[in-house]
Amino acid sequence: MKTVFERPAALSDVPLHYCPGCTHGIIHRLVAEAIDELGIAGQTVGVASVGCSVFSYNYFECDMVQAAHGRAPAVATGIKRTHPDTFVFTYQGDGDLAAIGTAETVHSATRGENITIIFVNNAIYGMTGGQMAPTTLPGQVTTTSPYGRDRAIQGNPIRICEMLSTLDGVALAARVSVDSPKNVMQAKKMILKAFKNQEEKKGLSIVEVLSTCPTNWGLSPEKALEWVRSDMIPYYPLGVYKDIDAIKGGAAK
Amino acid sequence: MTTAMLFAGFGGQGILFSGKQMAKSAMYAGKNVSWLPSYGPEMRGGAANCSVIISDEEVGSPLVTAPDILVAMNLPSFDKFEASVKAGGWLIVDSSLINKKSSRTDIQTCYIPATALASENQIEGMANVIILGQLLKITGLFDYDTFLADMLRGIPESKAALIEKNKKALQLGYSYNA
Amino acid sequence: MSEKVLMKGNEAIAEAAIQCGCRYFFGYPITPQTELSEYLAKKMPKVGGLCLQAESEVAAINMTMGAAASGVRVITSSSSPGISLKSEGISYIAGCDLPCVIINIQRGGPGLGGIQPSQADYYQATRGVGHGDLRLLVFAPSSVQEMAQLTSEAFDLADIYRMPAMILADGALGQMMEPVDFGAIPQRELPVKDWAACGHENKRKKNIVNSLYIDPQELENIVDQRYERYAKIEENEARCEEYLTDDADIVLVSFGITARVCKTAIVAARAEGIKVGMIRPITLWPFPKKAIYAAACRAKAVLSVEMSKGQMVDDVRLAANGQCPVEFYGRTGGMIPTPDAVLEKIRAMQAQL
Repeated sequence: MKTVFERPAALSDVPLHYCPGCTHGIIHRLVAEAIDELGIAGQTVGVASVGCSVFSYNYFECDMVQAAHGRAPAVATGIKRTHPDTFVFTYQGDGDLAAIGTAETVHSATRGENITIIFVNNAIYGMTGGQMAPTTLPGQVTTTSPYGRDRAIQGNPIRICEMLSTLDGVALAARVSVDSPKNVMQAKKMILKAFKNQEEKKGLSIVEVLSTCPTNWGLSPEKALEWVRSDMIPYYPLGVYKDIDAIKGGAAK
Repeated sequence: MTTAMLFAGFGGQGILFSGKQMAKSAMYAGKNVSWLPSYGPEMRGGAANCSVIISDEEVGSPLVTAPDILVAMNLPSFDKFEASVKAGGWLIVDSSLINKKSSRTDIQTCYIPATALASENQIEGMANVIILGQLLKITGLFDYDTFLADMLRGIPESKAALIEKNKKALQLGYSYNA
Repeated sequence: MSEKVLMKGNEAIAEAAIQCGCRYFFGYPITPQTELSEYLAKKMPKVGGLCLQAESEVAAINMTMGAAASGVRVITSSSSPGISLKSEGISYIAGCDLPCVIINIQRGGPGLGGIQPSQADYYQATRGVGHGDLRLLVFAPSSVQEMAQLTSEAFDLADIYRMPAMILADGALGQMMEPVDFGAIPQRELPVKDWAACGHENKRKKNIVNSLYIDPQELENIVDQRYERYAKIEENEARCEEYLTDDADIVLVSFGITARVCKTAIVAARAEGIKVGMIRPITLWPFPKKAIYAAACRAKAVLSVEMSKGQMVDDVRLAANGQCPVEFYGRTGGMIPTPDAVLEKIRAMQAQL
């Protein structure tokens, strides 16, 4: 019998702790597939962050370091700079990357650290129970924006890929979604490229993945995917915001 | 024996350099030494001073509060530190910048127009080394030739002009009769 | 014997780090420690190393953590306000059992405080640098020579005990120049870092460097194990210098630059016939409790001299354990006590004996 589908070797054979319908699982799988396809599990060090993916150090079959909230890119810098031949990735949520860790995100990007950042944007703080995130949409109800995010009070959401695409050190900045098979394929392509860029020492690669949080959004998994399409994508358009290969000259400097 | 020195003036006059030369020479002579600078936001132009201690014993507090030798290269330093010189100690004054004489009778004083001497001899900025020359002469702390050799140690031969300037300044100070 | 060089304390630490085989520095500029990073910025590229200026103290300590997690020798440095920022990362480093060396060239506080020397981060270094039950090895050099020597010790002991080590110096020690003899760096047998996260190369199970334990019982066990190690350190690694304590009626306890001031005062007091000596802690954690207790048993009074409003004096009192009165003299805000003022305090104590 021919095997047509199986768990990637780089994904640990343990139950994930994520809520039903959450798309973290898909994103984990895509990262693991990319590691497998490049055959680099032995040379990869992952950096887990703080948020729902805090336990991701249990889910990848490579060496892992658990970082403080927001500091994953700095920790990754320390690993990559001392071991330039390893593949280093961070796996961060929106609160981690785009609020408390904004400085580390921006400066690792502008330095052009040869790392891969997997940025999971679900517009909410999941682990702490549904508080407002830097990426929470205008009008979106969370436990700390119970009347809906009011721009006049809570300010505006932040579009990370657009912002980082202006920095010279960035090799790849792409926003993808895992709401449909087609989009999953595109997400995979970008994640794979983000890892490949390390091999070629092109600079920092960030893949922002729009993700769901059915539990804290108060939606069924199916409705949550619909909400990604109806509300999130219009505010966070999918696309490649920067790709060094598409720019004449080559590597990010 | 312990000699405590205080070099004081404006930032940019080479105050810290002077102190360092004394400390270096003493170190090469096998003495215990410490060099402690004032430091702060006044990197250039503000008040600068450094404490240098040369001793046969272990150096305790590196902060000089009662110097055996005070080199004052501006008026605020003169005013601030004149009274702190130990009885029997030396006060050396750049008299081209300090138009004042010490009223103390229990110390030895030396007035040398170092800044003027430097510009007359086209070695602007070398007043500090001129004063070092005079200091060697009046205190006998170090042998002239040894001190000169120690001072030139570390200056690359490619900087011949700098070597010549230092030599000239030290000689000027040493031969000046205050 | 190698030749002595005249160097600033900050530079001596930097050079010692290189000589100890450390090739990675992550930092952020702050007075009065800047010469340290400037020295390494010049030297590291020449020895195949890296000196990286981070965007913040927070990033610098986390870069340090990443490097330590991947198994290399790494150093970071700052001064008081910067150490406060680093305290988050230091807690994680301690919680992950990672070795690294952290330099604090203290300046006056609180807040922005000043830039002149201080010892007012004693509590922070020995108690509160980061949240949770944790300890740092804390070394207190008193000369430029010791700035170099203790840097080497800090690297070795950090590796041996798998924990962060701090050099707690101050602006005066950092800025002053004294002759240093680097001599030979002592060679120790150091444990293999088989826990490092640097890629398993498909040759071993994956390593996880982590400080998160959701199960409280598991976390307690981990912390208990760490404290067993700490107990060993307290037993074996406490260091101090005793100076004229044998016949002393009054024993001073002082560390760092302040101990130098005390020595000058002690020489003067002895000349007046006052029997006074000093214990100079070289490690602040572990604190040399036994030596201080023994001295307190022999002496009639103990005096803690610090550049703070009185922090180490708490440890001195705990160590003396009521064997004799413990007094305090200190200056703060960047003021260095003068030998005369310490002498005056010694005379006053002598009069009360």
